[in-house]
Amino acid sequence: MRTAANSRTEMNDEIGAETRLALYRSQFAIRSVEKRAYDLFLQNLIKGTSHLAIGQEAVAAGFAMSMKPEDWSFCTYRGHAHTLARGASMTGVLGELMGRECGLMGGKGGSMHLTDIDNGVMGSYAIVGAHLPIAMGAAWSAQYRGTDQVAVCFFGDGTTNIGAFHEALSMASIWKLPVVFVCENNLYMEYTPIAAVTPVKNPAADRASAYGLDRILIDGNDVDVVYRTARSAIARARAGAGPSLIEALTYRHHGHSRADPAKYRPTEEVAAWMKRDPIPLYRQRLIESGVGEPTILAMEEEIKQAVDQATDAAKSSPPPADELIYKDVWANGGWAWRN
Amino acid sequence: MAELTYRDAVAAGIAQEMERDNSVVCLGEDIAAAGGVFKATVGLLEKFGPLRVRDTPIAEQAILGAAMGAAMTGLRPVAEIMFSDFLAVCWDMVANEIAKTRYMTNGQISLPLVIRTGNGGGSRFGAQHSQSVENWAMAIPGLKVVAPSTPADVKGLLAAAIRDPDPVVFFEHKALYATKGEVPDGEHVDTLGTAAIRRQGSDVTIAALGLMVPRALEAAERLQAEHRISATVIDVRSLVPLDTRTIFAEISKTGRFYTVEENPRLCGWGAEISSLVAEELFWDLDAPITRITTPHVPLPAADRLEDLTIPSAARIVETILKTID
Repeated sequence: MRTAANSRTEMNDEIGAETRLALYRSQFAIRSVEKRAYDLFLQNLIKGTSHLAIGQEAVAAGFAMSMKPEDWSFCTYRGHAHTLARGASMTGVLGELMGRECGLMGGKGGSMHLTDIDNGVMGSYAIVGAHLPIAMGAAWSAQYRGTDQVAVCFFGDGTTNIGAFHEALSMASIWKLPVVFVCENNLYMEYTPIAAVTPVKNPAADRASAYGLDRILIDGNDVDVVYRTARSAIARARAGAGPSLIEALTYRHHGHSRADPAKYRPTEEVAAWMKRDPIPLYRQRLIESGVGEPTILAMEEEIKQAVDQATDAAKSSPPPADELIYKDVWANGGWAWRN
Repeated sequence: MAELTYRDAVAAGIAQEMERDNSVVCLGEDIAAAGGVFKATVGLLEKFGPLRVRDTPIAEQAILGAAMGAAMTGLRPVAEIMFSDFLAVCWDMVANEIAKTRYMTNGQISLPLVIRTGNGGGSRFGAQHSQSVENWAMAIPGLKVVAPSTPADVKGLLAAAIRDPDPVVFFEHKALYATKGEVPDGEHVDTLGTAAIRRQGSDVTIAALGLMVPRALEAAERLQAEHRISATVIDVRSLVPLDTRTIFAEISKTGRFYTVEENPRLCGWGAEISSLVAEELFWDLDAPITRITTPHVPLPAADRLEDLTIPSAARIVETILKTID
């Protein structure tokens, strides 16, 4: 497993201070928006359900930082983090969660379907497994058109047990497609420990050989490790060498969704992973390697203000216009099914 | 005009569009080297090469997922699902992903793709390779649904489906692949959402689809010759969008309306049309609407049983006579 132990370097290594600050900024911003989303739930300003990625920010930040703007990301219903990491506006995300006009999709998609194609976010998919074949298809399009675009597809450990996982991995490998499959193994398939419903220890990594792929298992809570792994897999895809399957070990601090207090998790396990919270760990690493705390504090303050502003903007945005119900079923903007 | 088989018209329609537009690509099981299990894609691999005409594993979710991912990033894929029964294997892609993505993303994502599939009975394949499932697709907002009955329509409507900016499910009838018909020379592009009047009559109006169109026409000839009943036959061709204008105009002329549906009875496409007619055209009717459908059973395999299950020309004649007497 690739961990910080064998990747730890000084600030003047190939990642560099500037990128590291950006990686921290991205993680901190995601955490701040997710926490705000949680608060807004409690105030009943966000309805429906929501699947927070608090604790899993390093995977989103590390990959997004490794992608070119024209690359594509595909993620699951736990997709706020990946959407924000690619550069989607906080107001757009919070507005969508709150069902407001300013939402990324005008309120028509909701928390589980965040999409922002201007930032390469090709959708959040709420049926487990569906987006693996779809990301594979986008990669096929890049290969066919001869662009050097790469599709990156994020999914949870539970996805490795659904048929679409197998179908997508198989076809991506046969066709040598520029797609990177990233399993965020947070140890729980909804409410059930993944080990209880999976015949192998590492649900993605242990299956890579079935598709002729390398076994890649990394510490998904160390953004440096994620970033390095992402860069190498994306470079491989861009060079035409085919797909990768990466398993990043991580942990969600909250339950599966809004409705889940996550009482099924042993206290010691939660405590151990809380000590491995990617954000304070990385903050500490920045300070140890010479970044002044005032610099970090200023960045954090700036993000907090941005989240407050986004919250206010989303709160003051009206609900979507009623006409939206009948808009965009078809490409002509309408919904007519008869003449 | 050249005479083509229904199956050759499929390849001709795809080839016409692949020639004019490099973004058109094909994928599916056995479609390339083997030319398709129904030989409907013969010659495409030789003409357009393996990058544009791709054989896939037996993996329907991957086929439709690939088509969707490719469509949202600039291609116009034509995906084959060998038997329409197999749509059940990848129904998530059809019903949840492809149909809803434009709407859910507030128009950010377009999916110009075609799902071609072999539909219908008459081949003694049994209940899992013979179904008429066009009504499944019709029930999902966001899908256009087409089912041609002639070689000319196959070519013209397939070309239109490929050019259409929305996802189209294209039901080819397996029992029609060997039939022949005149197909216009040169570029031929039809219009989605239009019905065709195949026979003009004055006593009854029959709406049919796919294989039921030639059977309705045969029934109409017998009604005329043996019973002096003059029937209009409408080939519905497109379930979504539905050409209610043409259908309603013909019903108004005769006052008697029949549907001939290969799908099992419950929630068949004719039920929707009948309900529209009852709501909007009631005062033009001289008699109750009658639906002639496959009974609500899975299809049996034995030739005798299958033939008795799917509506035949004889059953159409019989039903119409009974309701007119």
